[in-house]
Amino acid sequence: MKILVCISHVPDTTAKISFVDGNKTYNKEGQQFIIGPNEELALTRAIEIAEAQAGSTITALTVGGAEVEPTLRKALAMGASDAIRIDSTPKDAMNVARQIAELAKIQNYDVILTGREAIDYNGGQVGEMIAELLGVDSVSGATEMQLESAKALVTREIDGGLEVVELQYPAVITGQKGIAKEPKIPAMRGIMMARTKPLLVQAPIALDDATEVLEHSLPKAKGACKMIPADQVDELVRLLHEEAKII
Amino acid sequence: MSVLVYTENWDNQFKKLSFELVSYASSVAKQLNTNVVALSIGALSQEQLASLSQYGADKVLSLENPDFKTFNALQYAKAITEAAQQEKAEVLVFANNISTRAVAPRVAVKLDAGFVSGCVSLPESISPFVVTKKAFSGKAMAKVQINKGLKILSLNQNAFGLIPNAKPFVSETFNSTLATSNAKLLETRKSSGKMSVLDAEILVSGGRGLKKAENFALLEQASDIFGATATVACTKPVADLEWRPHSEHVGQTGKVVAPNLYFAVGISGAIQHLAGITSSKVIVAINTDKDAPIFEAADYGIIGDALEVMPKLNESLKTFKSKS
Ligand SMILES: Cc1cc2nc3c(=O)[nH]c(=O)nc-3n(C[C@H](O)[C@H](O)[C@H](O)COP(=O)(O)OP(=O)(O)OC[C@H]3O[C@@H](n4cnc5c(N)ncnc54)[C@H](O)[C@@H]3O)c2cc1C
Ligand SMILES: Nc1ncnc2c1ncn2[C@@H]1O[C@H](COP(=O)(O)O)[C@@H](O)[C@H]1O
Repeated sequence: MKILVCISHVPDTTAKISFVDGNKTYNKEGQQFIIGPNEELALTRAIEIAEAQAGSTITALTVGGAEVEPTLRKALAMGASDAIRIDSTPKDAMNVARQIAELAKIQNYDVILTGREAIDYNGGQVGEMIAELLGVDSVSGATEMQLESAKALVTREIDGGLEVVELQYPAVITGQKGIAKEPKIPAMRGIMMARTKPLLVQAPIALDDATEVLEHSLPKAKGACKMIPADQVDELVRLLHEEAKII
Repeated sequence: MSVLVYTENWDNQFKKLSFELVSYASSVAKQLNTNVVALSIGALSQEQLASLSQYGADKVLSLENPDFKTFNALQYAKAITEAAQQEKAEVLVFANNISTRAVAPRVAVKLDAGFVSGCVSLPESISPFVVTKKAFSGKAMAKVQINKGLKILSLNQNAFGLIPNAKPFVSETFNSTLATSNAKLLETRKSSGKMSVLDAEILVSGGRGLKKAENFALLEQASDIFGATATVACTKPVADLEWRPHSEHVGQTGKVVAPNLYFAVGISGAIQHLAGITSSKVIVAINTDKDAPIFEAADYGIIGDALEVMPKLNESLKTFKSKS
């Protein structure tokens, strides 16, 4: 099995967000960057599967500048076989997807995994775009995944339940919580080995961005929380009705 | 030219979200001075289809070919693209929800469109085309410009609301053929009749502070008192502990909800949980710890033991309901 896992390099989930450059650019100063939590779980599941199937390889891929390399090294430490960085900093998901599809066309991966969404711009676009560019089937929002030799069995969440879908290779699967129980934590041995695993840097193809962020803003600050004594729940109900007019 | 809105259905019924989308599409069409075409896939009654015209659809395209009975991202994307081409759509509108998330990116590729997902308001300008979306899991907003002739927008649920705008009901059948796909739907498992946390107007949500699964009965009771538009939700650890199903887990790695009223009971208010609830209109927090971060996100707060406060609150709500 030849698996590609697409990894976004994103600010830690607890990061406080601020902007520079007239609110145009996200302020990276002092921020911790991580593997996006959705694809971290997808990678974890891929590693579990590859460990049980001799001869499997997992390539971790990020489209980004040199600063993403520590994130790819972490993927290697978790258990990816090798890593590729496509040296480009696109502003738009379609551009990212085209860069990845271009590589995938040559590499013939059986399965391409992404996360449900990257937690910076919450696009939820790249995985399905890759699938469409390659003309292959996909399942998005996988909460369980089996990769058998001839087919994949994937459970995905739908509105009001679950669906189990069978896919033939090649296919794209976007993962989310559930696909693996907990993200794999690299062991010391993995961290040591990661230093010598190949991390290839590849040139991007020339593309324009279909969309671009002009400016960011922070949501309006909440007013103070109105406190109600614990023995006056009737007052809470009254406020919800008369003041908030919500019940 | 037109604005095409894809209106998904659930067991051949539309829901509030569908009408919200048509309302949004119709306001975008007004900005562009063009018509709204709604596309429905499935065997829906004329009455259902006609309900879309109540919110501004100038025409309803209905794809009833039984080949499209089961959802398949690749095949639905082809059909929606063909409809967009037939209607010379300039803007396409989708819901930012589970199934359309699988389709809209594919349509964007097919049409070489610029796609902004998670929009929260109308485009602020048409030329250049600029629209605001949520980013950083609700911690920020981003103003995004689309540099392509064709634009795709997906709208966050409950971000826009309903705008009734009755038009004469005009419908047309639309047909398409299946693209080749090797994906096979093996099984569908429906969860119990309960409404999804995404659709609920009131969420009574519990965290680890409830101590054990059985105590969620207190939240169930509150939800029952509110009635059909309310349901129970939870934090990630609560789902991980299997006190509640994962489908109820709210937050960055769960569902992003936008109810009118969100009760956070025994929830600390970790940043990853807040990421899922900041679009709620009103947040009520009940927590023993006066310094819990949830109070910074809440509109109303009670410092107290949920196991004591909830029974009293349920009584009070019952009395209120019986009077109103
Ligand atoms: C990558 C990542 C993603 C995550 N995604 C999510 C997510 O999507 N959603 C999510 O919820 N979390 C998520 N988390 C976890 C998050 O960081 C918190 O751990 C979690 O939200 C805490 O859940 P809690 O509030 O139920 O529990 P706790 O943090 O343990 O809080 C329990 C609260 O209950 C109060 N309490 C105790 N007893 C009582 C009582 N008797 N009555 C009233 N109050 C009481 C306590 O004061 C405390 O504030 C994520 C974490 C990571 C690292
Ligand atoms: N720059 C990138 N490089 C590699 N993979 C990415 C990149 N951006 C996003 N992805 C993958 O695509 C998924 C969806 O991203 P998005 O469409 O940006 O929300 C993420 O969870 C990642 O798996």
